[in-house]
Amino acid sequence: MGPADLFAALPLILAAASSVAVMLVIAFYRNHGLAAFVTLAGLAVSFASIIVAAPYAPRKVTGLLVIDGYALFFMGLIFAGTFAVAMLAHGYLEKKLLAEREEFYILLLLAATGAAVLAASAHFASFFLGLETLSVSLYALVSYTGSEKAVEAGVKYLVLAAVSSAFLLFGMALVYAQLGTMEFSGIAGMALGAYMGDPVFLGALALIAAGVGFKLAVAPFHMWTPDVYEGAPAPVSAFVATVSKGAVFALFLRYFAMVDIHQSRSLVLAVAVISIGSMFIGNLLALLQNNVKRILAYSSIAHLGYLLVAFLAAGALRVTASAYYLVSYFITMIGAFGVVTVLAGKGGGEMEDIEDYRGLAAGRPVIAAVFSAMLFSLAGIPLTAGFIGKFYVMAAGAGSSLWTLLIALAVNSAIGLYYYVRVIVIMYSGREAEAVAGGGGGETALAAGAPEAAVPFGGGLALAGLTLALVWFGVYPPALLYIIQKMIHSLM
Amino acid sequence: MILVWLIITPFAGGVLAWTLSKGRGFLGRLASRWISLTALAIDLMLVVRLWITYYSGLGTGEFSLPGISLPYGKWFQEFSAPWIPQAGISIHLAMDGLSLLLVSLTVVLGIVAAAASWSEIKDRPGFFYFNLLWTLSGIMGVFLALDLFLFYFFWEMMLVPMYFLIAIWGHEKRLYASVKFFIFTQLSGLFMLLSILGLFFIHGGQTGIYTFDYLNLLGTTLTPAAAFWLMLGFFVAFAVKLPAVPVHSWLPDAHTEAPTAGSVILAGLLLKTGAYGLLRFAVPLFPGASMSFAPFAMALGVVSILYGAFLAFGQTDLKRLVADTSISHMGFVLLGIYAWNGIALQGTVMQMLCHGISTGMLFVLAGAIQERIHTRDMRRMGRFWENVPVMGGVGMLFALASLGLPGLGNFIGEFLVLMGAFRASPVLAAIASLGLVVSTVYALWMVQQVFHGEPREKWTLPDLNLREKGIAAAMIVLIVWLGLYPQPVINAARPALENLQKVRAAVLRQIQAEIGTGNANGPR
Repeated sequence: MGPADLFAALPLILAAASSVAVMLVIAFYRNHGLAAFVTLAGLAVSFASIIVAAPYAPRKVTGLLVIDGYALFFMGLIFAGTFAVAMLAHGYLEKKLLAEREEFYILLLLAATGAAVLAASAHFASFFLGLETLSVSLYALVSYTGSEKAVEAGVKYLVLAAVSSAFLLFGMALVYAQLGTMEFSGIAGMALGAYMGDPVFLGALALIAAGVGFKLAVAPFHMWTPDVYEGAPAPVSAFVATVSKGAVFALFLRYFAMVDIHQSRSLVLAVAVISIGSMFIGNLLALLQNNVKRILAYSSIAHLGYLLVAFLAAGALRVTASAYYLVSYFITMIGAFGVVTVLAGKGGGEMEDIEDYRGLAAGRPVIAAVFSAMLFSLAGIPLTAGFIGKFYVMAAGAGSSLWTLLIALAVNSAIGLYYYVRVIVIMYSGREAEAVAGGGGGETALAAGAPEAAVPFGGGLALAGLTLALVWFGVYPPALLYIIQKMIHSLM
Repeated sequence: MILVWLIITPFAGGVLAWTLSKGRGFLGRLASRWISLTALAIDLMLVVRLWITYYSGLGTGEFSLPGISLPYGKWFQEFSAPWIPQAGISIHLAMDGLSLLLVSLTVVLGIVAAAASWSEIKDRPGFFYFNLLWTLSGIMGVFLALDLFLFYFFWEMMLVPMYFLIAIWGHEKRLYASVKFFIFTQLSGLFMLLSILGLFFIHGGQTGIYTFDYLNLLGTTLTPAAAFWLMLGFFVAFAVKLPAVPVHSWLPDAHTEAPTAGSVILAGLLLKTGAYGLLRFAVPLFPGASMSFAPFAMALGVVSILYGAFLAFGQTDLKRLVADTSISHMGFVLLGIYAWNGIALQGTVMQMLCHGISTGMLFVLAGAIQERIHTRDMRRMGRFWENVPVMGGVGMLFALASLGLPGLGNFIGEFLVLMGAFRASPVLAAIASLGLVVSTVYALWMVQQVFHGEPREKWTLPDLNLREKGIAAAMIVLIVWLGLYPQPVINAARPALENLQKVRAAVLRQIQAEIGTGNANGPR
């Protein structure tokens, strides 16, 4: 392992080092602001080090990691997403917890490091290590506030994630038993041939798919999502919905970019069924929800369904569309959960009930506008990044003539519109209702305009940045597309 | 560049109107109104300038106004700039006579809509005018875009503010109506996007040039099956907007529940985007498929004419009645487009403009009545004429326009459409003309209910004020002008329409050639 390897792996090393740095800072001087600052600085430095690493790419660092443009791109996305989550979390923890807020950042950085390892992994060992680093940190993060709901969500996540990891491990073992290698490139080389029809190999793939499907929260492995997202602190929900899913998807895409999925009709069919199932289950169940965090959870299930349409496409558009969609999905989901985060008041609860949002636009026009923009982006309305993302997914699908999937996508967009718009309508209406509620149960309506729930500086800044990115990538995408195409050609 | 300004002015005006009206006081309210009116006035000046250029150019023969044509000549106005070069998307705007007519209609009705909501909107006027102007900006973009992605972008962009207009400032059932409107148009729009993408990839696969540019995509060779499905995607989107009968059910709700300005823009402009889409995109891009589809589309048009008229006949809600007549009138447009001959197409364009003006004005009047007596129920009205003679006279005139009285614009439109349709299909034309009879009944019945008859409740309402009189006067001048001297409109639209006929002739020649060689399955 020479210096070139170290330079190439610099983003990973720095991300891991920053979690150590935060730990040391806490050991010597416990201060929430300082811990948050070191975290943000660490993430910024890790992000910047991608530029240092870029000239060395593509490069295999040990047998486990491959640092190529693709990996660096997703690392950047992961660090940027974590950065936004950390900014949001600061104000949130300040309100929710009186002490022991600082360890949150260690866990967050560890989770980000795990996610980054996933993006760069080239071997089952690094795959599993990255996944576990991510998951174990998340168990603690999900129940970090220690409220009953959060602990319940944490345990639920722990049990199910452990089971899915077991599935994954067993699948890996079977692959190793059949092929005698754990390197992706080796598997890809052999899997192309005779093994595609081998029942043991197919069984192994199915087991791996179940493990990955759990992490991606696609149907039928989605059951845990709404409960965990609802119970977890809002910034952690944002992290689970974006960084955790994005990293696993990046790995999944890399793996199947090597193994040509279209060689196996049954595999394509399985992914197509999962995709359509996720869209319908996510959107239809979201219609029934009255809790904003659950709505977003179901929405995220549906969005992974859309993303799988791009995954099934062929050619360069597949990766471009996936990457663009993920970027827009990161911005939008973190932004949407970010709004829930900054609106959270002191004490136990968050602003979850959809009725809490009634009349928000009257009291807090800017927050309502930001939330509307995020919801419109989730619905794929022009001038937002979600529009271009959806367009690219549809383009990728159309380029490969996946018409059934695309029609399902179109129908689902219309279903989805209903519940996104429902939230927006509630925010922009109900002044009368507020006046009526003022007599009796006006507590929730008051919470929307209550002065003690002022938007924290960091969270506000993060939301402003996310909104700016949302509009920028929605109106003028060429710059991002250029980066994506530059970065991902290494995968082709 | 002037085309860009046409779109940007209301866009920027909307942002200004919203931000400057933050003061909740009298001044804030006033500011948003004047800013929007100024923005629209600037747009009006731009349109006037375009007409001057158009006429001076026409005299010298400087440009040939080619419209939709293969091979393409020079457009009357054109603007092109790269947008997303990686995906072959550019900001390509262009204007021919047809766009110029519709852009003019947009500006005029935009001003009417802004003026009509002057005193109606008391809640958050800044945000209201923001939405109003953004809708107009999107509509303007739809009429000018020549890049299919850009077209879709504007197509979707005009929906959101329109949705807000209905959902926030609408009447009793506004939420239901707005969501229904939004979902109908979104879903159909997505089918159009799928068709656009299908065309993009087929064209790219054949030529190696992946582009969304309309001029490049024209004349793509398609198999009949592919052409049919792609055409259907476009047709669904435009038929929903138009609306044609099986997909019309959003319209009565949306028009009824929308505030006055919303109804004016919906009826006057949004419906026209559907017709424009058929004329500009669906038919020229897929001429062969459109030709085989034409009988079906014409039948849909006739059904819409009759069904809309019958719906209107049974209404007691004033705005709903006017909304249902829109279905009927737009049926003529659909019939005319797919009758696909010179006379019918000219009638279509006339009908689009005149329906925009007459129905727009009827909605203004309905809004004025509702603002005064807070109901739209015609069973509670009666003998308003004594009280409000000016309003009665204006109402009478536009009801007559709506039933197609000679001398007013709508007559020309409907007459030409029927004449053209008779050539294409005498049976359908004969059935469609029944619509004229029914329209006489509902229009007169409406006037009878509101302005004459027995007074069922005692109302004392003020007559039209100066602002409303001004709107009415302008609209009367336009509708009478179009009725007496429609030649400028026909001249301006002619090149675009002639090109449609050329496309038709080419398809016919090809079909004949195929029959001649016995090769019925060849590419169209």
